[in-house]
Amino acid sequence: MKKRPTVGEILQAKGVSRRGFLKYCATTASILALPPSMIPRIAEAIENARRTSVIWLSFQECTGCTESLTRSASPTVEGLIFDAISLDYHHTLQAAAGEQAEAARHAAMQENDGNYLVLVDGSIPLGNPGFSTIAGISNVDMLKETVAGAAAVVAIGSCAAFGGIPGADPNPTGAVSVMDLVTDKPVINVPGCPPIPMVMTAVLTQFLTFGELPELDALSRPLAFYGQTIHDRCYRRPFYEQGKFAKTFDDEGAKAGWCLYKLGCKGPTTYNACATTKWNNGTSFPIEAGHPCLGCSEPNFWDDGGFYEPLSTGHFDSGEKLAGAAAAGVALGAVAAAAGRRRQAKFMKEG
Amino acid sequence: MTTPQHVPITASPFHGNVRPLLNEVLHALDKLLETREATTIDLASLPFGPGELEHLEALLGTGELSAKLDALGSSSIRETAYPGVWWLEHRNAFDEIVGRYLEITHTPEILSSQDADIIAGRAHLEEQFE
Repeated sequence: MKKRPTVGEILQAKGVSRRGFLKYCATTASILALPPSMIPRIAEAIENARRTSVIWLSFQECTGCTESLTRSASPTVEGLIFDAISLDYHHTLQAAAGEQAEAARHAAMQENDGNYLVLVDGSIPLGNPGFSTIAGISNVDMLKETVAGAAAVVAIGSCAAFGGIPGADPNPTGAVSVMDLVTDKPVINVPGCPPIPMVMTAVLTQFLTFGELPELDALSRPLAFYGQTIHDRCYRRPFYEQGKFAKTFDDEGAKAGWCLYKLGCKGPTTYNACATTKWNNGTSFPIEAGHPCLGCSEPNFWDDGGFYEPLSTGHFDSGEKLAGAAAAGVALGAVAAAAGRRRQAKFMKEG
Repeated sequence: MTTPQHVPITASPFHGNVRPLLNEVLHALDKLLETREATTIDLASLPFGPGELEHLEALLGTGELSAKLDALGSSSIRETAYPGVWWLEHRNAFDEIVGRYLEITHTPEILSSQDADIIAGRAHLEEQFE
């Protein structure tokens, strides 16, 4: 494997001053959610970090994760590509196509055996290999072949992390997540629909800077970004504590910016960094725009009850209520009862 | 010293996230005076509702000293109306804000000339004699 230059050497060659480097380290600490006291250690680590080969595989996805990534302000995706990583394969961003693109993937795997990172967005269909192929290769075969020599795998977005929308009931393609298939390599889940741009680049930066995996929660999500709920860090939380809630989208509570819990906000059960990192270069996040959190970084968020039903409604409505509504022939109740039975049957089947 | 702008903390029309932060600044000033230990508060890590950050900036006001840094995009380093409390903003090459901090210190480290730059600059100066 040819020796790649360190990030410090690259920055030095570009004429970046030590002051500029310290600024870079300060913003890196910020996006990694590390305390400013860590800046000297980050500086030392970044100076000695070598560019890492990255192979990005896109399976059953909508390209929303890539769209999100390219809007990362710090570090920019261009900065990452040129300074810290060597993005050797990515359908949307690479110039090569067809056999040339596949040759680039194989070359990166051979040259960096055991040291490259694989990023995956999209779920993997197991129902029929023909549901999703690239260059005639099924998603599952491409994943297995590519991760064989990888140092680690990063599942980008809720589809890759948990199956996401392709895996939603009734899951017509038999979609599964990366961690369902990759059991012999470290897997880092970076869920969200899409994930926050800076969280994606920060996870990469952390790996490249310290050469180690970040601390993860029980769902393999980096604790630095998924360690607290949206509710924990929500600027509207004081209203929750005061019992002040918006009850419709245009009532006085909504206009006053009160808590959206009763409009179905999933903030209390959703672990993500939206409330502080925010979106569109720190402009705002869904709750700040007046919409409840959908809980998109949690497993099965698409099937996990109505988006506009308060959490206190519960995942399964009460049996009596569902039965009563169905018996009365209330259309909404009948649909809910059927959906409830399907969920219960699935739950029982899966144990 | 510039007189602080008189924006009452209690007049905050927002969500109550500014007052606890000002308490943290107060404690950091105590620590600086007692132990000379600096504190950096990363404003990106704290919850702010619409308008609260601007309210905080207005509360802290503008002091006697401000500086501009041009390295990997521009940065502004400004002492607030409260001596020892500095407001730092870093921007990237596209002029987007990538970091916003309060530093409670005598002088922010980034204002000091760095040894690596001094060594490079000295070598360049020496070359002028050749």
